[in-house]
Amino acid sequence: MDKKLEPIVKAVQGKFSAKFEEFRNEVHMFVNPDQIVDALTMLRDEHQFELLSALTAVDYYPQTSPRFYVIYQLTSLAQNLSLQLKVPVNGDKPKVPTVTRVYSVANWRERELFDMFGIEVEGHPDPRRILMPDDTEGHPLRRDFPLGYEEPQFTFNFDEIDLRKPYAKE
Amino acid sequence: MSQIEEVTIDQYKHLVSERALTGETMLLNMGPQHPSTHGVLRLLLELDGEIVVNCIPDIGFLHTGIEKNMEAKTYQKAEVMTDRLDYMNTMGNNLAYCMAVEKLVDLDVPARAQALRVILVELQRIASHLVWLGTSGLDLAAMSMFLYCFREREQILDIFELVSGQRMMTTYIRPGGVWRDVPVEFEAAVRDFIKIFPKRIDEYETLLTKNPLFIDRMVDIGYLSKETALSYGVTGPMLRASGVDWDLRKIRPYCGYEQYDFNVPVLTEGDTYARYLVRIQELRESLKIVEQALNKLPLGPVRSDNRKFVPPPRSEIGTSMEALIHHFKLWTEGFSAPDASIYSAIESPRGELGVLFVGDGGPKPRRVHMRTPSFDNLSVISEMVKGYLVADLVAILASTDIVLGDIDR
Repeated sequence: MDKKLEPIVKAVQGKFSAKFEEFRNEVHMFVNPDQIVDALTMLRDEHQFELLSALTAVDYYPQTSPRFYVIYQLTSLAQNLSLQLKVPVNGDKPKVPTVTRVYSVANWRERELFDMFGIEVEGHPDPRRILMPDDTEGHPLRRDFPLGYEEPQFTFNFDEIDLRKPYAKE
Repeated sequence: MSQIEEVTIDQYKHLVSERALTGETMLLNMGPQHPSTHGVLRLLLELDGEIVVNCIPDIGFLHTGIEKNMEAKTYQKAEVMTDRLDYMNTMGNNLAYCMAVEKLVDLDVPARAQALRVILVELQRIASHLVWLGTSGLDLAAMSMFLYCFREREQILDIFELVSGQRMMTTYIRPGGVWRDVPVEFEAAVRDFIKIFPKRIDEYETLLTKNPLFIDRMVDIGYLSKETALSYGVTGPMLRASGVDWDLRKIRPYCGYEQYDFNVPVLTEGDTYARYLVRIQELRESLKIVEQALNKLPLGPVRSDNRKFVPPPRSEIGTSMEALIHHFKLWTEGFSAPDASIYSAIESPRGELGVLFVGDGGPKPRRVHMRTPSFDNLSVISEMVKGYLVADLVAILASTDIVLGDIDR
Protein backbone atom coordinates (compact mmCIF):
# COMPACT_ATOMS: atom_id res chain seq x y z
CA MET A 1 0.00 0.00 0.00
CA ASP A 2 1.12 3.52 -0.75
CA LYS A 3 2.55 5.34 2.30
CA LYS A 4 0.30 8.33 1.65
CA LEU A 5 -2.78 6.13 1.50
CA GLU A 6 -2.28 4.50 4.93
CA PRO A 7 -3.59 7.37 7.09
CA ILE A 8 -6.60 7.78 4.78
CA VAL A 9 -7.48 4.11 5.00
CA LYS A 10 -7.08 4.31 8.80
CA ALA A 11 -9.38 7.33 8.96
CA VAL A 12 -12.09 5.65 6.90
CA GLN A 13 -11.68 2.49 8.96
CA GLY A 14 -12.00 4.41 12.20
CA LYS A 15 -15.07 6.35 11.19
CA PHE A 16 -17.06 3.72 9.33
CA SER A 17 -15.49 0.51 10.74
CA ALA A 18 -14.83 -0.48 7.16
CA LYS A 19 -12.91 -3.57 6.15
CA PHE A 20 -10.38 -3.39 3.37
CA GLU A 21 -8.61 -5.73 0.98
CA GLU A 22 -5.51 -5.28 -1.12
CA PHE A 23 -4.88 -6.77 -4.55
CA ARG A 24 -2.09 -5.84 -7.00
CA ASN A 25 -1.33 -2.71 -5.00
CA GLU A 26 -4.93 -1.48 -5.12
CA VAL A 27 -6.94 -0.82 -1.99
CA HIS A 28 -10.64 -1.68 -1.91
CA MET A 29 -12.67 -0.62 1.11
CA PHE A 30 -16.09 -2.01 2.03
CA VAL A 31 -18.66 0.52 3.20
CA ASN A 32 -22.35 0.01 4.00
CA PRO A 33 -24.97 1.65 1.75
CA ASP A 34 -26.14 4.11 4.42
CA GLN A 35 -22.56 5.34 4.99
CA ILE A 36 -21.52 5.91 1.40
CA VAL A 37 -22.57 9.57 1.14
CA ASP A 38 -20.71 10.45 4.35
CA ALA A 39 -17.67 8.45 3.31
CA LEU A 40 -17.45 10.11 -0.09
CA THR A 41 -18.01 13.57 1.41
CA MET A 42 -15.23 12.95 3.90
CA LEU A 43 -12.83 11.66 1.26
CA ARG A 44 -13.56 14.59 -1.04
CA ASP A 45 -13.36 17.35 1.57
CA GLU A 46 -10.67 16.11 3.94
CA HIS A 47 -8.50 13.93 1.74
CA GLN A 48 -8.70 15.68 -1.64
CA PHE A 49 -10.29 12.93 -3.70
CA GLU A 50 -11.62 15.37 -6.28
CA LEU A 51 -12.49 12.92 -9.03
CA LEU A 52 -15.00 10.09 -9.05
CA SER A 53 -13.44 8.11 -11.87
CA ALA A 54 -15.92 5.30 -12.16
CA LEU A 55 -19.20 4.26 -10.63
CA THR A 56 -20.55 0.88 -11.53
CA ALA A 57 -21.63 -2.43 -10.08
CA VAL A 58 -20.73 -6.09 -10.23
CA ASP A 59 -23.37 -8.81 -10.10
CA TYR A 60 -22.43 -11.93 -8.12
CA TYR A 61 -25.55 -13.88 -9.11
CA PRO A 62 -26.61 -16.52 -7.89
CA GLN A 63 -25.24 -15.29 -4.56
CA THR A 64 -28.03 -13.22 -2.94
CA SER A 65 -26.69 -11.43 0.09
CA PRO A 66 -24.91 -9.45 -1.01
CA ARG A 67 -25.73 -9.97 -4.67
CA PHE A 68 -24.23 -6.74 -5.99
CA TYR A 69 -21.22 -4.68 -5.16
CA VAL A 70 -21.56 -1.06 -6.20
CA ILE A 71 -18.09 0.29 -6.94
CA TYR A 72 -16.92 3.87 -6.47
CA GLN A 73 -13.46 4.44 -7.94
CA LEU A 74 -11.91 7.60 -6.55
CA THR A 75 -8.85 9.53 -7.71
CA SER A 76 -6.97 12.20 -5.87
CA LEU A 77 -5.24 14.58 -8.23
CA ALA A 78 -3.46 16.50 -5.50
CA GLN A 79 -1.87 13.41 -3.97
CA ASN A 80 -1.89 11.08 -6.99
CA LEU A 81 -3.77 8.32 -5.20
CA SER A 82 -6.55 5.91 -6.05
CA LEU A 83 -9.03 4.31 -3.71
CA GLN A 84 -11.96 2.05 -4.40
CA LEU A 85 -15.06 1.89 -2.24
CA LYS A 86 -17.32 -1.14 -2.54
CA VAL A 87 -20.86 -1.14 -1.29
CA PRO A 88 -22.55 -4.53 -0.80
CA VAL A 89 -26.21 -4.53 -1.87
CA ASN A 90 -28.68 -7.35 -1.36
CA GLY A 91 -30.52 -9.07 -4.17
CA ASP A 92 -34.13 -8.25 -3.31
CA LYS A 93 -35.05 -4.61 -3.90
CA PRO A 94 -31.45 -3.40 -4.27
CA LYS A 95 -31.03 0.23 -3.23
CA VAL A 96 -28.25 2.77 -2.74
CA PRO A 97 -28.52 6.45 -1.82
CA THR A 98 -27.58 8.98 -4.48
CA VAL A 99 -24.18 10.67 -4.34
CA THR A 100 -24.98 13.34 -6.92
CA ARG A 101 -24.65 16.04 -4.27
CA VAL A 102 -21.05 15.02 -3.69
CA TYR A 103 -19.98 14.40 -7.30
CA SER A 104 -22.11 15.69 -10.19
CA VAL A 105 -20.73 12.95 -12.45
CA ALA A 106 -22.77 10.47 -10.41
CA ASN A 107 -25.94 11.76 -12.07
CA TRP A 108 -25.42 9.90 -15.34
CA ARG A 109 -23.44 7.09 -13.79
CA GLU A 110 -26.28 6.32 -11.35
CA ARG A 111 -28.82 6.43 -14.14
CA GLU A 112 -26.66 3.86 -15.88
CA LEU A 113 -26.50 1.84 -12.66
CA PHE A 114 -30.28 1.69 -12.51
CA ASP A 115 -30.62 1.05 -16.22
CA MET A 116 -28.12 -1.78 -16.34
CA PHE A 117 -28.52 -3.45 -12.93
CA GLY A 118 -31.89 -2.30 -11.63
CA ILE A 119 -30.32 -0.92 -8.49
CA GLU A 120 -32.68 1.78 -7.23
CA VAL A 121 -30.94 5.07 -6.52
CA GLU A 122 -32.75 6.89 -3.73
CA GLY A 123 -33.11 10.64 -4.07
CA HIS A 124 -31.79 10.80 -7.63
CA PRO A 125 -32.74 14.10 -9.32
CA ASP A 126 -33.43 12.53 -12.72
CA PRO A 127 -34.40 8.87 -12.33
CA ARG A 128 -34.81 7.80 -15.95
CA ARG A 129 -33.15 5.09 -17.98
CA ILE A 130 -30.13 6.35 -19.89
CA LEU A 131 -28.93 3.83 -22.48
CA MET A 132 -31.86 1.47 -23.00
CA PRO A 133 -35.25 2.64 -24.31
CA ASP A 134 -37.73 3.70 -21.63
CA ASP A 135 -40.00 0.69 -22.19
CA THR A 136 -37.28 -1.97 -21.78
CA GLU A 137 -38.16 -4.84 -19.50
CA GLY A 138 -35.39 -6.06 -17.25
CA HIS A 139 -31.86 -4.85 -16.66
CA PRO A 140 -29.33 -6.12 -19.20
CA LEU A 141 -26.13 -6.33 -17.18
CA ARG A 142 -27.64 -8.60 -14.54
CA ARG A 143 -26.12 -12.05 -14.80
CA ASP A 144 -29.56 -13.69 -15.08
CA PHE A 145 -30.54 -11.54 -18.07
CA PRO A 146 -30.08 -13.67 -21.20
CA LEU A 147 -27.69 -12.49 -23.90
CA GLY A 148 -30.44 -13.00 -26.50
CA TYR A 149 -30.63 -11.98 -30.10
CA GLU A 150 -32.91 -10.20 -32.54
CA GLU A 151 -35.08 -12.48 -34.66
CA PRO A 152 -34.67 -11.60 -38.32
CA GLN A 153 -38.03 -11.05 -39.95
CA PHE A 154 -38.35 -12.58 -43.43
CA THR A 155 -41.38 -12.93 -45.69
CA PHE A 156 -42.04 -16.53 -44.64
CA ASN A 157 -42.09 -15.82 -40.89
CA PHE A 158 -43.23 -12.21 -40.92
CA ASP A 159 -46.61 -12.81 -39.26
CA GLU A 160 -45.27 -15.30 -36.78
CA ILE A 161 -42.70 -12.87 -35.44
CA ASP A 162 -45.17 -10.02 -35.62
CA LEU A 163 -47.30 -11.79 -33.06
CA ARG A 164 -44.44 -11.90 -30.58
CA LYS A 165 -43.25 -8.38 -31.35
CA PRO A 166 -46.10 -5.89 -31.20
CA TYR A 167 -43.72 -2.97 -31.53
CA ALA A 168 -42.33 -4.12 -34.90
CA LYS A 169 -45.58 -3.36 -36.72
CA GLU A 170 -45.62 -0.57 -39.22
CA MET B 1 -43.11 -5.30 -24.44
CA SER B 2 -45.49 -2.38 -24.06
CA GLN B 3 -46.81 -0.13 -26.81
CA ILE B 4 -44.92 2.96 -27.89
CA GLU B 5 -46.13 5.91 -25.88
CA GLU B 6 -46.31 9.44 -27.05
CA VAL B 7 -43.59 11.63 -25.56
CA THR B 8 -44.98 14.50 -23.54
CA ILE B 9 -43.37 17.31 -21.67
CA ASP B 10 -44.26 15.59 -18.38
CA GLN B 11 -41.21 13.37 -18.78
CA TYR B 12 -38.88 16.34 -18.87
CA LYS B 13 -40.72 18.57 -16.39
CA HIS B 14 -37.97 18.38 -13.78
CA LEU B 15 -35.27 19.27 -16.30
CA VAL B 16 -36.67 22.35 -18.02
CA SER B 17 -37.49 25.76 -16.63
CA GLU B 18 -40.96 26.92 -15.60
CA ARG B 19 -41.20 29.00 -18.73
CA ALA B 20 -41.15 25.93 -20.95
CA LEU B 21 -44.35 24.65 -19.36
CA THR B 22 -46.22 27.83 -20.23
CA GLY B 23 -44.83 27.84 -23.74
CA GLU B 24 -42.78 30.97 -23.27
CA THR B 25 -39.61 29.19 -24.27
CA MET B 26 -39.39 26.70 -27.10
CA LEU B 27 -38.32 23.06 -26.94
CA LEU B 28 -36.30 22.05 -29.97
CA ASN B 29 -35.12 18.61 -30.86
CA MET B 30 -31.59 18.42 -32.27
CA GLY B 31 -30.54 15.04 -33.60
CA PRO B 32 -30.15 12.09 -33.50
CA GLN B 33 -29.66 12.54 -37.25
CA HIS B 34 -27.77 15.78 -37.34
CA PRO B 35 -24.39 16.42 -38.98
CA SER B 36 -22.86 18.34 -36.09
CA THR B 37 -23.79 16.05 -33.22
CA HIS B 38 -20.88 13.79 -34.28
CA GLY B 39 -22.91 10.62 -34.28
CA VAL B 40 -26.31 9.55 -33.07
CA LEU B 41 -26.70 11.98 -30.22
CA ARG B 42 -30.02 13.66 -29.54
CA LEU B 43 -30.12 16.97 -27.71
CA LEU B 44 -33.37 18.38 -26.41
CA LEU B 45 -32.89 22.14 -26.29
CA GLU B 46 -34.94 24.68 -24.43
CA LEU B 47 -34.53 27.95 -26.30
CA ASP B 48 -35.32 31.51 -25.47
CA GLY B 49 -35.13 33.00 -28.93
CA GLU B 50 -31.73 31.78 -30.03
CA ILE B 51 -30.27 31.43 -26.55
CA VAL B 52 -29.97 28.00 -25.00
CA VAL B 53 -31.68 27.87 -21.59
CA ASN B 54 -31.38 24.14 -21.01
CA CYS B 55 -29.83 21.26 -22.87
CA ILE B 56 -30.89 17.69 -22.17
CA PRO B 57 -28.74 15.09 -23.93
CA ASP B 58 -30.37 11.81 -24.86
CA ILE B 59 -27.92 8.96 -25.47
CA GLY B 60 -28.09 5.25 -26.05
CA PHE B 61 -28.85 5.09 -29.77
CA LEU B 62 -25.60 3.24 -30.35
CA HIS B 63 -25.84 0.96 -27.34
CA THR B 64 -24.66 -2.47 -28.43
CA GLY B 65 -24.17 -4.19 -25.09
CA ILE B 66 -20.42 -4.53 -25.44
CA GLU B 67 -19.90 -4.98 -21.70
CA LYS B 68 -22.53 -7.72 -21.61
CA ASN B 69 -21.06 -9.49 -24.63
CA MET B 70 -17.60 -9.45 -23.11
CA GLU B 71 -18.87 -11.49 -20.17
CA ALA B 72 -19.70 -14.33 -22.55
CA LYS B 73 -16.25 -14.44 -24.19
CA THR B 74 -12.83 -15.62 -23.08
CA TYR B 75 -10.20 -13.01 -22.29
CA GLN B 76 -8.56 -13.18 -25.73
CA LYS B 77 -11.82 -13.15 -27.64
CA ALA B 78 -13.41 -10.30 -25.71
CA GLU B 79 -10.65 -8.01 -26.94
CA VAL B 80 -12.14 -7.56 -30.41
CA MET B 81 -15.11 -5.84 -28.82
CA THR B 82 -12.90 -3.08 -27.45
CA ASP B 83 -12.12 -1.85 -30.97
CA ARG B 84 -15.78 -1.07 -31.45
CA LEU B 85 -16.06 1.14 -28.37
CA ASP B 86 -14.23 4.26 -29.36
CA TYR B 87 -13.70 3.70 -33.05
CA MET B 88 -11.37 6.72 -33.31
CA ASN B 89 -9.00 5.22 -30.76
CA THR B 90 -8.87 1.51 -31.48
CA MET B 91 -5.22 0.98 -30.53
CA GLY B 92 -5.77 2.86 -27.28
CA ASN B 93 -8.77 0.70 -26.40
CA ASN B 94 -6.77 -2.44 -27.09
CA LEU B 95 -3.99 -1.13 -24.89
CA ALA B 96 -6.34 -0.27 -22.02
CA TYR B 97 -7.92 -3.70 -22.20
CA CYS B 98 -4.62 -5.58 -22.47
CA MET B 99 -3.08 -3.64 -19.61
CA ALA B 100 -6.06 -4.55 -17.44
CA VAL B 101 -5.76 -8.24 -18.33
CA GLU B 102 -2.01 -8.14 -17.73
CA LYS B 103 -2.56 -6.54 -14.35
CA LEU B 104 -5.21 -9.08 -13.39
CA VAL B 105 -3.12 -12.15 -14.28
CA ASP B 106 0.25 -10.51 -13.54
CA LEU B 107 1.86 -10.82 -16.95
CA ASP B 108 5.05 -9.09 -18.12
CA VAL B 109 5.47 -7.45 -21.50
CA PRO B 110 8.84 -7.32 -23.34
CA ALA B 111 10.49 -3.95 -23.97
CA ARG B 112 10.10 -4.01 -27.75
CA ALA B 113 6.36 -4.58 -27.44
CA GLN B 114 6.09 -1.70 -24.97
CA ALA B 115 7.85 0.66 -27.39
CA LEU B 116 5.70 -0.51 -30.31
CA ARG B 117 2.60 0.06 -28.23
CA VAL B 118 3.69 3.61 -27.45
CA ILE B 119 4.38 4.38 -31.13
CA LEU B 120 1.04 3.02 -32.29
CA VAL B 121 -1.02 4.56 -29.52
CA GLU B 122 0.54 7.96 -30.13
CA LEU B 123 -0.07 7.66 -33.86
CA GLN B 124 -3.64 6.80 -32.99
CA ARG B 125 -3.87 9.88 -30.80
CA ILE B 126 -2.74 11.99 -33.75
CA ALA B 127 -5.30 10.30 -36.01
CA SER B 128 -8.05 10.86 -33.47
CA HIS B 129 -7.15 14.52 -32.99
CA LEU B 130 -7.08 14.92 -36.77
CA VAL B 131 -10.65 13.68 -37.03
CA TRP B 132 -11.61 16.08 -34.26
CA LEU B 133 -9.84 18.96 -35.99
CA GLY B 134 -11.36 18.17 -39.36
CA THR B 135 -14.91 17.74 -38.12
CA SER B 136 -14.87 20.73 -35.80
CA GLY B 137 -13.52 22.80 -38.68
CA LEU B 138 -16.39 21.46 -40.75
CA ASP B 139 -18.88 22.48 -38.06
CA LEU B 140 -17.56 26.02 -38.22
CA ALA B 141 -17.77 26.03 -42.04
CA ALA B 142 -14.04 25.53 -42.64
CA MET B 143 -14.61 22.77 -45.15
CA SER B 144 -11.03 22.50 -46.40
CA MET B 145 -9.75 21.54 -42.92
CA PHE B 146 -11.67 18.31 -43.15
CA LEU B 147 -9.98 17.33 -46.39
CA TYR B 148 -6.48 18.20 -45.19
CA CYS B 149 -6.90 16.36 -41.89
CA PHE B 150 -8.23 13.24 -43.51
CA ARG B 151 -5.31 13.25 -45.94
CA GLU B 152 -2.86 12.90 -43.05
CA ARG B 153 -5.08 10.50 -41.14
CA GLU B 154 -5.07 8.25 -44.19
CA GLN B 155 -1.31 7.97 -43.90
CA ILE B 156 -1.62 6.79 -40.28
CA LEU B 157 -4.30 4.28 -41.20
CA ASP B 158 -1.96 2.95 -43.88
CA ILE B 159 0.64 2.34 -41.18
CA PHE B 160 -1.97 0.46 -39.16
CA GLU B 161 -2.86 -1.60 -42.18
CA LEU B 162 0.81 -2.38 -42.63
CA VAL B 163 1.23 -3.72 -39.10
CA SER B 164 -2.12 -5.36 -38.48
CA GLY B 165 -3.81 -5.85 -41.82
CA GLN B 166 -6.68 -3.63 -40.74
CA ARG B 167 -7.14 0.11 -41.02
CA MET B 168 -9.41 0.65 -38.06
CA MET B 169 -10.43 -2.45 -36.10
CA THR B 170 -6.84 -3.49 -35.53
CA THR B 171 -6.78 -5.72 -32.41
CA TYR B 172 -3.02 -5.54 -32.85
CA ILE B 173 -2.10 -5.12 -29.19
CA ARG B 174 -2.68 -8.40 -27.39
CA PRO B 175 -2.38 -9.48 -23.75
CA GLY B 176 1.34 -10.09 -23.21
CA GLY B 177 2.62 -7.99 -26.11
CA VAL B 178 1.49 -7.39 -29.66
CA TRP B 179 0.15 -9.73 -32.31
CA ARG B 180 3.43 -10.08 -34.23
CA ASP B 181 6.49 -8.04 -35.04
CA VAL B 182 6.13 -5.07 -37.38
CA PRO B 183 7.16 -5.57 -41.03
CA VAL B 184 10.41 -4.05 -42.32
CA GLU B 185 8.58 -1.24 -44.12
CA PHE B 186 7.21 0.04 -40.80
CA GLU B 187 10.14 2.23 -39.83
CA ALA B 188 10.32 3.98 -43.20
CA ALA B 189 6.57 4.61 -43.18
CA VAL B 190 6.63 6.17 -39.72
CA ARG B 191 9.77 8.22 -40.53
CA ASP B 192 8.02 9.49 -43.61
CA PHE B 193 5.12 10.64 -41.52
CA ILE B 194 7.36 12.27 -38.89
CA LYS B 195 9.09 14.18 -41.68
CA ILE B 196 6.03 15.71 -43.28
CA PHE B 197 3.67 16.12 -40.35
CA PRO B 198 5.20 19.16 -38.51
CA LYS B 199 4.80 21.20 -41.68
CA ARG B 200 1.21 20.04 -41.97
CA ILE B 201 0.42 21.16 -38.41
CA ASP B 202 1.83 24.57 -39.35
CA GLU B 203 -0.53 24.59 -42.30
CA TYR B 204 -3.54 23.84 -40.11
CA GLU B 205 -2.53 26.57 -37.74
CA THR B 206 -2.13 29.04 -40.58
CA LEU B 207 -5.69 28.29 -41.58
CA LEU B 208 -7.27 28.44 -38.13
CA THR B 209 -5.30 29.63 -35.12
CA LYS B 210 -5.05 33.34 -36.00
CA ASN B 211 -8.07 33.40 -38.30
CA PRO B 212 -10.34 36.23 -37.00
CA LEU B 213 -13.53 34.42 -38.03
CA PHE B 214 -12.41 31.31 -36.21
CA ILE B 215 -11.38 33.26 -33.11
CA ASP B 216 -14.75 35.02 -33.02
CA ARG B 217 -16.50 31.69 -32.97
CA MET B 218 -14.22 30.09 -30.37
CA VAL B 219 -12.92 32.57 -27.80
CA ASP B 220 -15.00 32.94 -24.60
CA ILE B 221 -17.46 30.31 -25.73
CA GLY B 222 -18.40 27.32 -23.63
CA TYR B 223 -16.55 28.25 -20.48
CA LEU B 224 -15.83 25.33 -18.19
CA SER B 225 -14.41 26.06 -14.75
CA LYS B 226 -11.92 23.81 -13.02
CA GLU B 227 -14.35 22.94 -10.21
CA THR B 228 -17.23 22.04 -12.53
CA ALA B 229 -14.91 19.96 -14.69
CA LEU B 230 -13.64 17.94 -11.74
CA SER B 231 -17.08 17.47 -10.24
CA TYR B 232 -18.36 16.15 -13.57
CA GLY B 233 -15.42 13.79 -13.91
CA VAL B 234 -14.13 15.52 -17.04
CA THR B 235 -10.65 14.32 -18.04
CA GLY B 236 -8.20 14.64 -20.90
CA PRO B 237 -7.64 17.74 -23.04
CA MET B 238 -10.87 19.31 -21.74
CA LEU B 239 -9.60 19.20 -18.17
CA ARG B 240 -6.17 20.44 -19.18
CA ALA B 241 -7.74 23.38 -21.00
CA SER B 242 -9.42 24.30 -17.70
CA GLY B 243 -6.11 24.54 -15.91
CA VAL B 244 -5.62 21.13 -14.32
CA ASP B 245 -2.31 19.49 -15.08
CA TRP B 246 -3.43 15.86 -15.16
CA ASP B 247 -2.11 13.48 -17.76
CA LEU B 248 -1.82 9.82 -16.81
CA ARG B 249 1.12 9.39 -19.20
CA LYS B 250 3.14 11.79 -17.04
CA ILE B 251 1.66 11.15 -13.62
CA ARG B 252 1.27 7.37 -13.64
CA PRO B 253 3.56 6.34 -16.50
CA TYR B 254 2.74 3.03 -18.18
CA CYS B 255 4.40 1.27 -21.15
CA GLY B 256 7.62 3.14 -20.42
CA TYR B 257 6.30 6.67 -21.00
CA GLU B 258 8.74 7.85 -18.33
CA GLN B 259 11.64 7.38 -20.81
CA TYR B 260 10.29 9.90 -23.27
CA ASP B 261 10.65 13.63 -23.08
CA PHE B 262 7.39 15.44 -23.77
CA ASN B 263 5.33 18.30 -22.38
CA VAL B 264 1.74 18.27 -21.23
CA PRO B 265 0.06 21.39 -22.62
CA VAL B 266 -2.10 23.08 -19.97
CA LEU B 267 -4.12 26.26 -20.41
CA THR B 268 -6.30 28.06 -17.91
CA GLU B 269 -8.90 29.82 -20.07
CA GLY B 270 -11.34 26.88 -20.16
CA ASP B 271 -13.12 27.98 -23.35
CA THR B 272 -13.43 26.21 -26.69
CA TYR B 273 -10.40 28.04 -28.04
CA ALA B 274 -8.25 26.77 -25.16
CA ARG B 275 -9.43 23.24 -25.85
CA TYR B 276 -8.50 23.74 -29.50
CA LEU B 277 -5.01 24.99 -28.60
CA VAL B 278 -4.38 22.14 -26.16
CA ARG B 279 -5.21 19.52 -28.78
CA ILE B 280 -3.11 21.23 -31.45
CA GLN B 281 -0.13 21.26 -29.11
CA GLU B 282 -0.76 17.64 -28.25
CA LEU B 283 -0.32 16.78 -31.91
CA ARG B 284 3.23 18.10 -31.76
CA GLU B 285 3.97 16.41 -28.43
CA SER B 286 2.68 13.06 -29.66
CA LEU B 287 4.89 13.31 -32.70
CA LYS B 288 7.87 13.94 -30.40
CA ILE B 289 7.06 10.75 -28.48
CA VAL B 290 6.71 8.72 -31.68
CA GLU B 291 10.09 9.92 -32.90
CA GLN B 292 11.87 9.16 -29.62
CA ALA B 293 10.27 5.75 -29.30
CA LEU B 294 11.21 4.87 -32.86
CA ASN B 295 14.80 6.02 -32.33
CA LYS B 296 15.30 3.76 -29.35
CA LEU B 297 13.07 0.91 -30.46
CA PRO B 298 14.81 -2.09 -28.84
CA LEU B 299 15.24 -5.44 -30.55
CA GLY B 300 13.90 -8.63 -29.07
CA PRO B 301 10.68 -10.56 -28.70
CA VAL B 302 7.31 -8.81 -29.05
CA ARG B 303 5.33 -11.25 -26.95
CA SER B 304 5.75 -12.58 -23.46
CA ASP B 305 7.05 -16.14 -23.38
CA ASN B 306 4.72 -17.10 -20.55
CA ARG B 307 2.98 -19.94 -22.37
CA LYS B 308 0.16 -20.13 -19.84
CA PHE B 309 -1.23 -16.84 -21.18
CA VAL B 310 0.33 -16.18 -24.57
CA PRO B 311 0.06 -18.66 -27.46
CA PRO B 312 3.38 -20.01 -28.79
CA PRO B 313 4.70 -18.89 -32.20
CA ARG B 314 3.63 -20.91 -35.22
CA SER B 315 7.15 -22.27 -35.81
CA GLU B 316 7.16 -24.02 -32.43
CA ILE B 317 3.84 -25.77 -32.91
CA GLY B 318 5.20 -28.06 -35.60
CA THR B 319 8.06 -29.37 -33.49
CA SER B 320 7.04 -29.13 -29.86
CA MET B 321 4.35 -31.20 -28.17
CA GLU B 322 4.17 -28.73 -25.28
CA ALA B 323 3.62 -25.82 -27.64
CA LEU B 324 0.80 -27.65 -29.40
CA ILE B 325 -0.92 -28.36 -26.08
CA HIS B 326 -0.61 -24.73 -25.01
CA HIS B 327 -1.89 -23.51 -28.36
CA PHE B 328 -4.88 -25.83 -28.17
CA LYS B 329 -5.67 -24.99 -24.55
CA LEU B 330 -5.41 -21.24 -25.07
CA TRP B 331 -7.64 -21.10 -28.11
CA THR B 332 -10.29 -23.46 -26.82
CA GLU B 333 -10.58 -22.97 -23.09
CA GLY B 334 -8.58 -19.77 -22.69
CA PHE B 335 -6.63 -18.85 -19.58
CA SER B 336 -8.04 -18.35 -16.12
CA ALA B 337 -7.82 -15.17 -14.08
CA PRO B 338 -8.18 -14.85 -10.30
CA ASP B 339 -11.50 -14.06 -8.62
CA ALA B 340 -10.60 -10.46 -7.92
CA SER B 341 -11.15 -6.99 -9.28
CA ILE B 342 -8.71 -4.42 -10.61
CA TYR B 343 -8.95 -0.99 -12.16
CA SER B 344 -6.42 0.15 -14.71
CA ALA B 345 -6.47 3.34 -16.74
CA ILE B 346 -4.65 4.95 -19.65
CA GLU B 347 -4.75 8.41 -21.17
CA SER B 348 -6.80 8.13 -24.33
CA PRO B 349 -7.11 11.09 -26.75
CA ARG B 350 -10.31 11.98 -24.89
CA GLY B 351 -9.25 11.43 -21.30
CA GLU B 352 -9.01 8.70 -18.73
CA LEU B 353 -9.96 5.40 -20.34
CA GLY B 354 -10.32 3.04 -17.42
CA VAL B 355 -11.07 -0.65 -17.39
CA LEU B 356 -12.61 -2.20 -14.33
CA PHE B 357 -12.04 -5.91 -14.54
CA VAL B 358 -13.55 -8.53 -12.31
CA GLY B 359 -12.45 -12.11 -12.83
CA ASP B 360 -14.34 -15.11 -11.49
CA GLY B 361 -11.54 -17.66 -11.35
CA GLY B 362 -12.46 -19.08 -14.77
CA PRO B 363 -11.60 -18.23 -18.37
CA LYS B 364 -14.32 -15.58 -18.77
CA PRO B 365 -14.57 -12.25 -16.96
CA ARG B 366 -17.37 -11.76 -14.48
CA ARG B 367 -17.60 -8.10 -15.34
CA VAL B 368 -15.76 -5.69 -17.61
CA HIS B 369 -16.60 -2.06 -17.15
CA MET B 370 -15.13 0.44 -19.56
CA ARG B 371 -14.87 3.83 -17.93
CA THR B 372 -15.10 5.77 -21.14
CA PRO B 373 -14.04 9.42 -21.11
CA SER B 374 -16.63 10.63 -23.64
CA PHE B 375 -19.48 9.64 -21.33
CA ASP B 376 -18.40 11.99 -18.56
CA ASN B 377 -17.15 14.67 -20.96
CA LEU B 378 -20.61 14.78 -22.54
CA SER B 379 -22.49 14.88 -19.25
CA VAL B 380 -21.03 18.33 -18.57
CA ILE B 381 -22.45 19.76 -21.82
CA SER B 382 -25.67 20.92 -20.17
CA GLU B 383 -23.59 23.12 -17.87
CA MET B 384 -21.36 24.43 -20.64
CA VAL B 385 -23.95 25.59 -23.16
CA LYS B 386 -26.30 27.53 -20.89
CA GLY B 387 -26.62 31.14 -22.06
CA TYR B 388 -24.88 30.68 -25.40
CA LEU B 389 -26.40 30.72 -28.89
CA VAL B 390 -27.46 27.59 -30.76
CA ALA B 391 -24.66 28.23 -33.24
CA ASP B 392 -22.20 28.24 -30.34
CA LEU B 393 -23.58 24.94 -29.13
CA VAL B 394 -22.22 23.37 -32.29
CA ALA B 395 -18.74 24.74 -31.59
CA ILE B 396 -18.90 23.67 -27.93
CA LEU B 397 -20.03 20.17 -28.82
CA ALA B 398 -17.21 19.87 -31.36
CA SER B 399 -14.71 20.96 -28.71
CA THR B 400 -15.74 18.15 -26.34
CA ASP B 401 -14.54 15.66 -28.98
CA ILE B 402 -17.04 12.96 -28.14
CA VAL B 403 -17.37 9.63 -29.90
CA LEU B 404 -20.79 8.10 -29.55
CA GLY B 405 -19.50 4.54 -29.69
CA ASP B 406 -17.50 5.42 -26.60
CA ILE B 407 -20.52 6.84 -24.78
CA ASP B 408 -23.13 4.21 -25.51
CA ARG B 409 -20.91 1.09 -25.45
